[in-house]
Amino acid sequence: METPGQIPFDAQVLDLVRAVVPAGAIEPAPAVDMPTAYVAREHMLVVCQTLRDHSALQFAFLVEITAADYHPAAPRFELVYHLACLGEAFAQPTGAAVPRRLRLKVRVPDNDLGEQDLPWAHSLTPLWPAANWLEREVFDLFGVAFTGHPDLRRILTPDDWTGHPLRKDYPVQVRKDAASWSPMELTVEEFTANVRAARAASAAAARPRADQPVPTGIDKD
Amino acid sequence: MTVEEPQGSILTTSVEKMVQWARRSAIWPVTFGLACCAIEMMAMAAGRYDVARFGAEVFRGSPRQSDLMIVAGRLSRKMAPVLRRIYDQMPEPKWVISMGACASCGGVFDNYAIVQGVDQIVPVDVFVPGCPPRPEALIYGIVQLQRKIDQQRMSA
Repeated sequence: METPGQIPFDAQVLDLVRAVVPAGAIEPAPAVDMPTAYVAREHMLVVCQTLRDHSALQFAFLVEITAADYHPAAPRFELVYHLACLGEAFAQPTGAAVPRRLRLKVRVPDNDLGEQDLPWAHSLTPLWPAANWLEREVFDLFGVAFTGHPDLRRILTPDDWTGHPLRKDYPVQVRKDAASWSPMELTVEEFTANVRAARAASAAAARPRADQPVPTGIDKD
Repeated sequence: MTVEEPQGSILTTSVEKMVQWARRSAIWPVTFGLACCAIEMMAMAAGRYDVARFGAEVFRGSPRQSDLMIVAGRLSRKMAPVLRRIYDQMPEPKWVISMGACASCGGVFDNYAIVQGVDQIVPVDVFVPGCPPRPEALIYGIVQLQRKIDQQRMSA
């Protein structure tokens, strides 16, 4: 069921993934700019691992994680993942020298709460370390808790912030005083140790080494 | 009895006048830009507008050497403690110019993330309106600050 202007999901990718993952884990979705598929929340990890590790897929690069709030529709949230294949195994059929890209969407209902009484999804940090800060951003702004995340703290708003600003039911303006003070994140001992280490490192870098010739200015060649 | 004429040039003044002159003639701003206003601030310091004519072109990389903080741009709530810490690191006497609509009142960013006026965080001496202010406007603000410094008495 394709309308003109829509980009179909690559049947080859779909077949390769479906051969591995449980039934219903991945379904193609309509899109106009990039091949897109819905992934079931409980099968996120196995789908992503297949896309990353399968020798004919090699979607090894997690480009972006973001989210959308469709309040008051249900399911309320959709997570959006962009993957890119930089590998040689799956070159563009057209021969164009651009990486093949893929968009995955995960529906997250808000009536099924997990950690911190928030809607939840699986963290992709075991697969891509790059997911760490991206998931913190989604957690901060949309209030989706990622289970299995090693360090799920706020990243853009102040640490003591309440609420999740990009939710549709969040007020635009918050009338409260701006904080003019924040606690030090280092102890004095840690700070002095850092300064000493940096000085030692720069001194070691500046000292000419015996096994290397001393540079004598511009090369005449 | 003869009075000996002093040799060379002599200028009599008060210490207060001297200090006021020295302070207003060499305002060193701290290198601190928050948003697009900082581009106009850099233009003001560069050759075409040349704030060196007013003695305020020496942007210092350290707040310890600065007299003036030009808050150039919108201040987010997360940045507010940082701005205050830099201000606290500046030695007295020190002054603050709030440059542009965002720094002065939040500007178009009437939202949860932006401080609605940096006078909530630091004491402001001169507000420069504009979005962003042209370099001439910021120079005018610095001249107004110089007039203010000229009127500051050493003894209260």
